[in-house]
Amino acid sequence: MRNKYVAFPYVGWMALFVVAPLIVVVVYALTTRDGSLTLDNFSSMLQYAPVFGRSFFLALLATAICILLGYPMAYYLSRERGWLRRMATMLIMLPMWMNFLLRTYSWVFLLERNGLFNSLLESFGLPKVNIIDTSGAVVLGMVYNFLPFMVLPIYSVIEKIDYRVIEAAQDLGANSAQVFRRVIFPLSLPGVLSGITMVFIPSVSTFVISRLLGGGKELLLGDLIEMQFLGSAYNPHLGSAISLVMMVIVLVCMGIMNRFGEGEEEAMLL
Amino acid sequence: MSKELIRLQDLCMAYDDEQVLDHLNLYINDQEFLTLLGPSGCGKTTTLRIIGGFVTPTSGDVFFDGVRINDVPPYQRKINTVFQKYALFPHLNVFENVAFGLRLKKVPEKELRQRVMEMLEVVSLKGFENRKPDALSGGQQQRVAIARALVNRPKVLLLDEPLGALDLKLRKDMQIELKKIQQQVGITFIYVTHDQEEALTMSDTIVVMDGGHIQQIGTPEDIYNEPKNAFVADFIGESNIIDGVMPRDKVVKMYGREFACLDGGFAENEPVDVVIRPEDIDIVPVEQGQLVGTVTSVTFKGMQYDIIVDFRGFKWLIQTTDHSPVGARIGVKIDPDGFHIMKKSQYSGMFGDYSSYSEEYDELSDAEALDAEEDTDAQRREDGYAE
Ligand SMILES: Nc1ncnc2c1ncn2[C@@H]1O[C@H](COP(=O)(O)OP(=O)(O)OP(=O)(O)O)[C@@H](O)[C@H]1O
Ligand SMILES: [Mg+2]
Repeated sequence: MRNKYVAFPYVGWMALFVVAPLIVVVVYALTTRDGSLTLDNFSSMLQYAPVFGRSFFLALLATAICILLGYPMAYYLSRERGWLRRMATMLIMLPMWMNFLLRTYSWVFLLERNGLFNSLLESFGLPKVNIIDTSGAVVLGMVYNFLPFMVLPIYSVIEKIDYRVIEAAQDLGANSAQVFRRVIFPLSLPGVLSGITMVFIPSVSTFVISRLLGGGKELLLGDLIEMQFLGSAYNPHLGSAISLVMMVIVLVCMGIMNRFGEGEEEAMLL
Repeated sequence: MSKELIRLQDLCMAYDDEQVLDHLNLYINDQEFLTLLGPSGCGKTTTLRIIGGFVTPTSGDVFFDGVRINDVPPYQRKINTVFQKYALFPHLNVFENVAFGLRLKKVPEKELRQRVMEMLEVVSLKGFENRKPDALSGGQQQRVAIARALVNRPKVLLLDEPLGALDLKLRKDMQIELKKIQQQVGITFIYVTHDQEEALTMSDTIVVMDGGHIQQIGTPEDIYNEPKNAFVADFIGESNIIDGVMPRDKVVKMYGREFACLDGGFAENEPVDVVIRPEDIDIVPVEQGQLVGTVTSVTFKGMQYDIIVDFRGFKWLIQTTDHSPVGARIGVKIDPDGFHIMKKSQYSGMFGDYSSYSEEYDELSDAEALDAEEDTDAQRREDGYAE
């Protein structure tokens, strides 16, 4: 009974700050500047297909790298005890307490043509490398910024796995590799899935990272959308349409992935 | 047949500075049904975990088939375990839980399917193959845990209170089923329980433990009929344990009276603990009684009445099929083979002792008295409504 009333503020909050903006976005996407209904915003988007492709590709790449780096990190972190674990958790969290822009700028400083990295190379008599303003630098920025969002959910799921279940697997004849493959990994999948969500979505829509580290040479979706609202190409209607399409694609991807996640348990047995 | 399979030698286990197992020595024969019996916290699970390889003893050795296996990891031991807390795989359904060990051994699919289904039949869980463990009751989970271990046909099976979550009827069925499998397949069972009846009915050998020590090892008959000390006598079945002395062989003296018994070999006038099982006491008319006492409480237990009798301030438990009313003066008679004489031990006076015993029952009878009061209360209220 009481629960219903307790939920009111949250429902109100959601209506105000989630649903209402969404409606505005939809309305904008379906209208022209003078307010008449149209689908032109969507059809004119075709020219931006390469931007969609590039954004999704880079975000996927960054997510994949985050899994490859983050999973082992989370795994060893969860098995560690005492000060080492506290220390490592701290180190992973630390960058998140720093401003996002600042963190990304510091990479600019490191990777610049005459930045720290290249100066180091030079001092060893090695040739300079071009890292800044490439897709590689963008992916690097995404991985760096979003890796904690991969590590932490995986870590917390593995940490909660009942050690008795692991003992049971050993008892039934599983060596460490088999325990991992047949018990720990499948049980950690929910963590991986939420990690993917938390890395992929900000990666696919980022504009700061591509602007600062990609040099704005290769447009990403985030840049494109930002341009429609604040930039040179001012057209909020097109911007809304792009946002909407991106959101739908992301939602569909997540939906498929979660289905896959549920089926995973059965798939693992084969 | 009775070849030694597992030997625990001088096993000690300490957590921090708590000594959990204290110089345990035990050997287990091939195909034996051995039960570890003891109160909560006495180190049963710890002993099993050492045999299973999940903890390394602080000192002492574990031998399997004559080979020292202290450092062999669990997955290389020919031992399977039914864990006290089930420890089922939450991400796998019942079928795959049971099939887990067989899949690791790469058993062909057809044989695997057949063996798993057979096993599910044995634990009466057919039709539950596709359920996840969290959709099962505690008793069903426990049976999955049993099936998961048994299906591998291990040489040794460790069972940690495997029937604890089952109701009485199912427990009896599973006891019979487990015993049957153990005999048919010829598996060595190391069974942990604190249900003494279960231990008595199923085991070849019972090991009674307390405080990290073995109190007695023996067949169920030995343990029941010839308990070594007051702890064992009290833990296995109900016992009246009375202070006595042995004036000479085959005579025990208590309450200043001499009784004929069958035991001997004690020093002259050695103080002893005398165990008299409640079912070995016959109620007779006062004039024929060896002792005369007053009934202070009667409890109906289905098969028998539990009667507490006061003998000069000491209370005994007697189990009988004849009803005697509270307050009645009765005589009792005990045959010579109804006495079991034990040497004094550290447990003397701690168990089966009238004072603690009577307290237990006093509490009980107090509760009953309260119940009775409530009954009359209810009666009064009903009467009131009737008016
Ligand atoms: N990991 C541990 N760390 C510290 N103490 C422990 C640990 N495991 C067990 N103990 C202690 O060892 C003692 C024996 O525990 P054990 O689990 O063997 O008891 P048990 O005989 O199986 O009891 P129960 O019948 O309640 O299961 C207990 O006092 C317990 O507190
Ligand atoms: Mg235990």
